[in-house]
Amino acid sequence: MTSRSRPAQDIPSAQTVIRPGRGWVSLDLRELWAYRELAYFFVWRDLKVRYKQTLFGALWAVIQPFMLMVVFTLFLGRISGIAPEGVAYPLFAFAGLVPWTLFSQSLIGSSGSLVGAANLIQKVYFPRLLLPVAAIGSYLLDFVIAMAVLGLLMLYFGVLPTLTVLWVIALTALTVTTSLAVGIWLSAVNVRYRDVRYAVPFLVQLWLFASPVAYSAEIVPAEWQAIYQLNPMAGVIEGFRWALLGQSAPPVGAVAVSAIVTVIVLVTGLAYFRRVERTFADVI
Amino acid sequence: MNDIAISVEGLGKRYRIGHQRDPYGRLTESLWGALRAPIDLARRRPRETSEWIWALRDVSFELRQGDVVGVIGRNGAGKSTLLKVLSRITDPSAGSATLRGRVGTLLEVGTGFHQELTGRENVFMSGAVLGMRRAEINRKFDEIVEFAGIEKFLDTPVKRYSSGMQVRLGFAVAAHLETEILLVDEVLAVGDADFQKKCLGKMSEIGHAGRTIMFVSHSMPAVLRLCGRAVLLDHGGIVTAGATNEVVRSYLESDLGRTGERRWESGLDAPGDSVARLRSIRVAPTEGGSAEQIDIRDPIDIEVEYWSDAPGGHHPSVGLHFYNDDGVCLFASHDFNDLEARTRSRDRGVVRSTCRIPGNFLAEGRVVVTVSVATFNPLVNHAVERDAIAFQIVDRSQGDAVRGVYANEWPGVVRPMLEWNVDFLPPTSAEEAEAPSRALSAQLPS
Repeated sequence: MTSRSRPAQDIPSAQTVIRPGRGWVSLDLRELWAYRELAYFFVWRDLKVRYKQTLFGALWAVIQPFMLMVVFTLFLGRISGIAPEGVAYPLFAFAGLVPWTLFSQSLIGSSGSLVGAANLIQKVYFPRLLLPVAAIGSYLLDFVIAMAVLGLLMLYFGVLPTLTVLWVIALTALTVTTSLAVGIWLSAVNVRYRDVRYAVPFLVQLWLFASPVAYSAEIVPAEWQAIYQLNPMAGVIEGFRWALLGQSAPPVGAVAVSAIVTVIVLVTGLAYFRRVERTFADVI
Repeated sequence: MNDIAISVEGLGKRYRIGHQRDPYGRLTESLWGALRAPIDLARRRPRETSEWIWALRDVSFELRQGDVVGVIGRNGAGKSTLLKVLSRITDPSAGSATLRGRVGTLLEVGTGFHQELTGRENVFMSGAVLGMRRAEINRKFDEIVEFAGIEKFLDTPVKRYSSGMQVRLGFAVAAHLETEILLVDEVLAVGDADFQKKCLGKMSEIGHAGRTIMFVSHSMPAVLRLCGRAVLLDHGGIVTAGATNEVVRSYLESDLGRTGERRWESGLDAPGDSVARLRSIRVAPTEGGSAEQIDIRDPIDIEVEYWSDAPGGHHPSVGLHFYNDDGVCLFASHDFNDLEARTRSRDRGVVRSTCRIPGNFLAEGRVVVTVSVATFNPLVNHAVERDAIAFQIVDRSQGDAVRGVYANEWPGVVRPMLEWNVDFLPPTSAEEAEAPSRALSAQLPS
C-alpha cells in the first residue's frame, strides 16, 4: 500500500488516527516540516498579492520606515539627549525603525492570519500553525530591502560597520521569534474574540513608544529600566544599533532579557494555540 | 493484508447551540460571565445552560480500499459534519476514526484560490492547499490546464474569470489530486452539465484506480452512477448502509426522502424561536389523489402553519424554497406576495399560509421543499426546516401537458405552460401568394 517510490509521500504518511483531543497536545514539528511546501506557497502568495495593482510595489517596504524617520527627525531630532552623541539622528532612528517595522508588520500579519484564512480553515486540513508562521515570511523580504537602504544611509553618513554587524542575523531571528510569539497568541485569541482586531493596531502604536525606536533607551529613568527591559523589543532594537553603528557597549543584559521573555511568550503561546486549534473550524 | 481504508468507531460530534446570535464572541462577555458566576451560584440560579446538539452520533462503519461510497440523507443529517471530522477540519467529540493513506478533501470548488492571482498561480496555490507537492503540480500542470480548458486565460487574474471558468479550473485541480482517500462534498452541484459529466468521469477513473472515495450528495442520479455502496444518515446516525440502489430506494421511500406532510405536536421539538415556530407543512393536490404523486397538470397547494408571537409590528412571513433532485433551487416564494396580509398584524396565535403552485408549472420528478419563517429588514430567519416535505410530479403523457405527445426527455428545471399564438398570415398580394413556394424552393440546390 505504501509505495515508497512515489515522490508525494511525506504528507501524512500511511495512517491517520482521529479521536477527540484532550488536554495539552504535543507540538508536532514533524508534521509542520512535512507541510513546509505549503508554508512556502503561503509566503509566495502573500508576496505576489501584496504589491499587485500598486504603483510603487516593493518600494513600500522602504517608504514606511523612511517617512517615519523623516517625521522623527523633524520633530524629535533636535531634542538634546534623545540620542547618543556622535551619531546622526536620522541614521539612529532608521537603524531602530528597520527592525521595528519588521516586528510590527509581522505582528499585525500573523495576528490576523487565522481569521483571514477562515474559509480555508473550514474547508481543508493543514497544521494551523502554518498560518501565523507563513504570515511573517513575506515581511522578511521587505526587511532585506529596508536593510539595503539602511546600508546606503550608513555610507551617506560615513559610518562603516565592523564585524559586529554579523550579530544582525541573530538579532533578526530574535525579532522574528518575538513577533511570532506574540502573533501566535493573538491569532488564536482572535479566532474567538474579534476584539483583537481592534486592539492590535492600537497595541502596535503604544508599543512603538514603549520601545527605543525614536529615542535611546538610556533616557529612561534608572528606576524604570528594569520594567522597561521586559519589553523584548527594547533589547532587540538596542542590539541592532550596537551591531550596526557600534556606538556604545554591547547591550548583553538587555538582549538576554529579551530572549528570555520571548521564549516564555512563545512557549505559552504555542501551548495555548495547540489547545484551542481543534475548535478553530467551529468558532471562526 | 489489511485492506480497510477507513474504519470509524462510535464517532460523534456535538456543537453548542444558542451561540448563534453572536458569532463573534466578545471578551467582555466571557469576562462578565466569569464575574457573574459566583453571584449566580450564591443565588442558586443555574448558570445559563448551553444546549448541545449532536450533529453526529455513534457512527461506525468500515470502508475497504477502492470502495466508492455515497453518503445521503436530508440536510442537517450530519453528512457534512462526518466529512469534516474525517478530513480533520474539526475534532470529533467522541469515538475514533482510522484512515490509511493520504487523505484529500474537496468541500468546495477552488479551495485556496485567491482572486488576485492568475490562473497559473492559482493552480499551484490550490494544489498546495489540497495537499499536492510542488513537483506533483508541475508534473500535472498541462493536464490540469487542458482539463479546465482555460489555456488562453492562464495569465489573467482569476477575479476576471467568469464563475463557470473558476469552477472548471478549481475542479480541474481537484480532479488531479492523487490521494488514496478522497472525501468529496456536494461539489458537483455547480458547473454546467457537460463539465459535471466530465468530472464524474474523472472521479470514477480515480475510483477504479483503487482509491477510496466518500461522496456526499443530494443527487440520487449521481450517487447511483458513481457509488457502489451508500450510507444513509439521519439525525447524525446511520439509518442504513449497503448496496447503493437499496439504500437510495429506502431513502426515497422512507419519510426521510419523501413525505408530503410534517407536523410538530408540541412547540418543544418544532423548529423555531420565540417569534415563530413551525406547526405543520403539507402538500395538498387540489384535484385529489395521492399527496406524493401529483399529476403535472394539477395545481398544488402547500399549506404551512406556524405559531406566531410577534407583537410590535413584526410581520413574519412564510417562505418556501423548491429544489429538484439535483439540489437545484427551482424558485422561491414568500407569503408577503399576499399584499393585504403584508400589513395585517400577526400578533399571537396560529397562522396558516397557503401557496398555490399552478398546474403545468413544475417539471417531472421529485420536488423537495424547504420552509422558513422570517422577518425582513434586517433578515432574521426565525424557523427553518430544510427539506421539510417532498413530492413527486408525474406526467401521464396524455397529450395535453407541456410535452404534448412528445415522449422523450424534456429539458428544463420547470415546465410552465406558456401562452403561444400561432397565426396563419393571409397573403397581401398576388406576388406574396407565390412567395412561400418560391422561398421554399430557393432552399433547394438548383
